[in-house]
Amino acid sequence: MKTAGYLVLGILVIFLSSCHTGTETTSASTTSPQISTIVNKGSDTLVNLALAWAEKYHELHPDIEISVTGGGSGTGIAALINATVDIANASRKITPGEIEQAKANGGDPVEFVVAKDAIAIVVNPENPVTQLTIKQLSDIYSGKINNWKEVGGDDRVIVRLSRETNSGTHVFFLENVVRMGNPDDKTLFSTDTLLLPSSEGITSETRDNPNAIGYDGLGYVTPEVKVVAVGRDTGGPYVLPSAESVNNGQYPIARDLYMYTDKQPAGAVADYLDWIMTAEAQAIVTQLGFVPINKQ
Amino acid sequence: MSKTWKEFLLNWLIKISGYSAIIFVALIFFFLLREGLPTLGEVSITNLFSLRWYPIENYFGILPLIGGSLLVTIGAALFAIPIGVCTAIFIAEVSPRWAREVLKPLVEVLGGIPSVVLGFLGILILASSLRRIFDLPTGLTALAGSILLGGIAVPTIVSVAEDALDSVPRSYRDAALALGATEWQTIWRVTLPAARSGVLTAIMLGIGRAIGETMAVMMVTGNAPVLPIKLNSIVSPVRTMTATIAAEMGEVAKNSTHYHVLFFIGLVLFVISLGINIAASTAALRQRQRAERILS
Repeated sequence: MKTAGYLVLGILVIFLSSCHTGTETTSASTTSPQISTIVNKGSDTLVNLALAWAEKYHELHPDIEISVTGGGSGTGIAALINATVDIANASRKITPGEIEQAKANGGDPVEFVVAKDAIAIVVNPENPVTQLTIKQLSDIYSGKINNWKEVGGDDRVIVRLSRETNSGTHVFFLENVVRMGNPDDKTLFSTDTLLLPSSEGITSETRDNPNAIGYDGLGYVTPEVKVVAVGRDTGGPYVLPSAESVNNGQYPIARDLYMYTDKQPAGAVADYLDWIMTAEAQAIVTQLGFVPINKQ
Repeated sequence: MSKTWKEFLLNWLIKISGYSAIIFVALIFFFLLREGLPTLGEVSITNLFSLRWYPIENYFGILPLIGGSLLVTIGAALFAIPIGVCTAIFIAEVSPRWAREVLKPLVEVLGGIPSVVLGFLGILILASSLRRIFDLPTGLTALAGSILLGGIAVPTIVSVAEDALDSVPRSYRDAALALGATEWQTIWRVTLPAARSGVLTAIMLGIGRAIGETMAVMMVTGNAPVLPIKLNSIVSPVRTMTATIAAEMGEVAKNSTHYHVLFFIGLVLFVISLGINIAASTAALRQRQRAERILS
């Protein structure tokens, strides 16, 4: 009983002394300027880049904290519409429907192009196929081509892997590859397309399964999978995705990456977005395997 | 005076916690109705019962999702019920005392493993070995989901069924053995029927756990919204209702059609598990009445 009493006393002392130091630090921090937080959410493609930016920016401006989460472009834009974030990341353009919803909630989304990305087509390293045209990719994903031998590979069933429908990469791929950029085309993904919840899901299934074909942002391609060269039509040229082939326009499946704000940004958010456009921030883009926006 | 006050207070506390379960279920049901029923005004019945689930283009066919959930759950039940009940019988009736002391806690630890961890094992080991063993196009199938869910349901079934078997009075077994029944006959004809309502509850809880499980299923079933009515459906990818809600809920803007349809799916799920519960408890009740009649 006695020892228990000492124990309680000891804990009390420790607790009180930590309280004391706690008050000291608070009083010290009141002299430094107010910390403001920017909430940033959306595209999984952009999340690593946004995190790297946020960390660097926090180093430069310790009074600004930026919290970054993923979830998908649709998730980010939905959060922007519901006004729970300051900046939404998106790997696709905001849709007219979403702009309408935002206006109904009293916002008016503003768009910023912050980087560029290429979508790489990946297959298992055992797969002998090295190049595909956009038309072939469209036929594969819409279910017209079902065997690898039809595109010059082994006699194997094709297993189509895709990101979930809330992914901006999914929507971009639908519009620019499956529908080949034709807005009147109503082709859909084949129903037996596997919808995987993450980039990691696509990588692990492609690494393991010689039947699989998948697509993902260039920044997420690992050395364990094989990247296929893509051609605009059968005449070629077949191009592998890279910073150069995206910037000179040769690689056909490239896109802009966006950040959206609810209305014209001001204060800390505006400063942050301005900084993202600088050469310093765009250098991080290159480091992470994306393509910086050209500042000619 | 103070004693009656205490009594009064305790009485009310207990009453409130008892009724709160009913109130919560009613509130959840009301909420699902409020958010889900607008679906019927916004989506035509033919669309709702079509075979295409592709919400970003307004295809809201929920049949493939219902089919996917039922297939995976039935598959899981086929794995989990025999294994779970047999394990419970072994632990309660056959195994020596020391083995029982070890096995029961171990099974309960197994039940405490987070399903997302099992999902990782499912992706990395189960799916790829299923693909190799059965020579499938992909291992991310309803079968993988069923096995994994079966594994998740087994600890629940074992734990509850073992308690039920254990509470059968010793005299029942002694009487059966004294009448010359073998040990197996005693288990099969006396102990198990006597514990039937408890075992049924165990199975019901296990299946309830399986149909509501989300994360593990989302990771291993491939999530392709195909109506599973073909013979090989069990070895094809499916998309369950829970995985659909989990994957898409974050993306939708509040009060959009897609949002209402997701709640409608939740409503369907709620009704299905309510149906399972009611069916199981009426079965248990009828059984008990019969047993009481025979004994009296």
